[in-house]
Amino acid sequence: MPLASPATSVAPPAWGHRHLLDLERLSATEIGLLLDTAGRLKEATDGCRTKLSVLAGRTVVNLFFENSTRTRTSFALAARRLGADVVDFSASASSLAKGESFIDTARNLEAMGIDAVVVRHATPGTPHLLARHLDVGVINAGDGPHEHPTQGLLDIFSIRERRGSLAGCTVGLVGDIAHSRTARSNIHGLLKLGARVILCGPPTLVSPWWRELGAEVSHDLDAIIPRCDVLNLLRIQFERQNTRPFPSVREYAALYAMTGERMRRARPELLILAPGPINRGVEMTADVADCPQSVILDQVTNGLAVRMGVLWLLCGHRAGAEPSAGAPAREGEAG
Amino acid sequence: MGTLLVRGGRVIDPSQAIDRIDDLLVRDGVVAAIGRAAGPTDESLDATGMIVAPGLVDMHVHLREPGREEDETIETGTRAALAGGFTSVACIPNTEPPIDTQAAVGFIHQKAARADTCNVFVVGCVSRDRAGKELADIGGLFEAGAVAFSDDGAPVYDAELMRRALEYCRMFDVPILAHEEVLELTRGGVMHEGLVSLALGLGGMPAAAEEIMIGRDIALAACTGGRLHVMHVSTAGGVAQVREAKARGIRVTAEACPHHFTLTDEALRGFDANCKMSPPLRTAADVEAIIAGLADGTIDCIATDHAPHAREKKMLELDRAPFGILGLETAIGLAVTQLVAPGRIDWLRLIDAMSTAPARILGVPRGTLRPGAVADITIIDPDATWEVDVAAFRSKSVNSPFHGWTLRGRAAATIVAGRVKFRR
Repeated sequence: MPLASPATSVAPPAWGHRHLLDLERLSATEIGLLLDTAGRLKEATDGCRTKLSVLAGRTVVNLFFENSTRTRTSFALAARRLGADVVDFSASASSLAKGESFIDTARNLEAMGIDAVVVRHATPGTPHLLARHLDVGVINAGDGPHEHPTQGLLDIFSIRERRGSLAGCTVGLVGDIAHSRTARSNIHGLLKLGARVILCGPPTLVSPWWRELGAEVSHDLDAIIPRCDVLNLLRIQFERQNTRPFPSVREYAALYAMTGERMRRARPELLILAPGPINRGVEMTADVADCPQSVILDQVTNGLAVRMGVLWLLCGHRAGAEPSAGAPAREGEAG
Repeated sequence: MGTLLVRGGRVIDPSQAIDRIDDLLVRDGVVAAIGRAAGPTDESLDATGMIVAPGLVDMHVHLREPGREEDETIETGTRAALAGGFTSVACIPNTEPPIDTQAAVGFIHQKAARADTCNVFVVGCVSRDRAGKELADIGGLFEAGAVAFSDDGAPVYDAELMRRALEYCRMFDVPILAHEEVLELTRGGVMHEGLVSLALGLGGMPAAAEEIMIGRDIALAACTGGRLHVMHVSTAGGVAQVREAKARGIRVTAEACPHHFTLTDEALRGFDANCKMSPPLRTAADVEAIIAGLADGTIDCIATDHAPHAREKKMLELDRAPFGILGLETAIGLAVTQLVAPGRIDWLRLIDAMSTAPARILGVPRGTLRPGAVADITIIDPDATWEVDVAAFRSKSVNSPFHGWTLRGRAAATIVAGRVKFRR
């Protein structure tokens, strides 16, 4: 498809969903389509640097009920790269205290004639709730510890970019699995695409129940390092924990921090990912963060590509000459 | 008042082990006889094909008044009860203010009398102001008519206070209705802790939180000789503990809620706040254990834990939405659909669990069709197939996950003291 010309208003590939709420309910084919679309847009924008106009006239709202700098900026930039207008809406705890429910807030925005809402919220399921009440596309930018689908997609995109395929690839997710939305989106996406997933951390952060969902569970980082093609080092979410799940940061780091010493026992082609923000010295030491195997900065660029892909698939069809496929299924109704 | 004849129904009375097709004669608000009646009556009701049972008793209902009339009132809640086939409810005292004084008990009685619907039996607080610090005036509340005591909504957290309550209540022979939960283990929880909560990233409430507290209270009942009633048992471990305690002769009874023998934690996958209640929906194995417990009598009765919340309160994010589910108007349908139709329990046991047993636990003169008993009667259409429509509920609230479900069995008529108070 001639995407290279910024002026083209080509239609995106057919996409059967109105929203992007989680990766758990997408098929491998659908995830593949998202990744391919992101790849095409990355190429067409010269590595996410130039602008297209495929979403000219559309408006995307960033509705963030939780602090975020990167994800919010990444979505805003992705929307602008495609020619859409972006409105930032910070819903602080205080505006909720005024008595307006978040559904009312979102309905107000919807009434202003927008095309998509990018929502982040501390409570799992909130994007799903919004999707039930709004007629515009809802993109989950992180709902508590539940899912962060675009983060999962960009991690997978980054691995695929380096390795070509996910099938047969062994990915270790290390750290605070219990409180990590990144972990959940990665687990679902990776397993669907045929990767092997090893979850590693103390038992207080890595439940044995994950085995029933098809992941391997380990509490011994040193034992899994030689088997991994990719290590994704997840941040310890101190802010989500009732009681600290390990005795001290020092003890945690001794057991689970990725260090230069541990790197020496890894496969040479090992990729290091981290969703950020990273706590240097807790999840990894500085030399690991900056080592050649680290794709942490690629992830940031690929975040733009993935978010452009998602926005285009969800909003690209909403032009006047819409295909007569009828209204997409309201997946928020499920369950 | 005259006479009322209920003709040709299947009369089921667990208190007399009766299950036969017969007539039931009511005279002046009192059961006169079961059997063919001679001579004319003032009023007559054809119950052919119906079940004629002693009026159903729901011993766990939140009527919300006083204090939260936006959710439910004594009038709307008791109208919902009548439509659900209940002739008596016991109202739980976690109102605002809580029912911990004689005046508060009097207020409920007065409001119930004015509503003139079903019987409302009052449960008093265990602790003053439901604060869990010191005993409420249990003797005074008993004198005012309280039939049981509970701090439900929350557990009686101080083990010594619970011990004192069980001990003290022995002199009135009334039960303590216990909400069993170790709060440290459920902090931040919105659903059962398990595979589903893990996948959804939602805060979990482990089965252990209930089981530990049931264990503590059974031990306290054993050491005091007091009467413990375990509310809304939701775990297989809880059922096993109650079964074992009964075998040891400890004075313990238990109830289960329709949602706990119908739904599992899988229902939360849609993030519907109507599926958020405490104790939470558990696993299929727990559901199975509860049904087995109801079948073998380990769980004495079915109580709904009817917990209305105004629509806007349930439209919030899952962690901000309150715990609770409506129960009164779907109880018969769920019990018949889940328990009787699949052959897990028979009708005699169901009527026992919904009428005779809760009346016995509360010590109220109901749950029987013996001649001379108050003529509280529920007529059930056992084969009615109907679709749940929350818009048709008498309750002021609509927080039911069963909207749109097709159920079997519902109340056809509800008779309180000989007067037909509800007829479909």
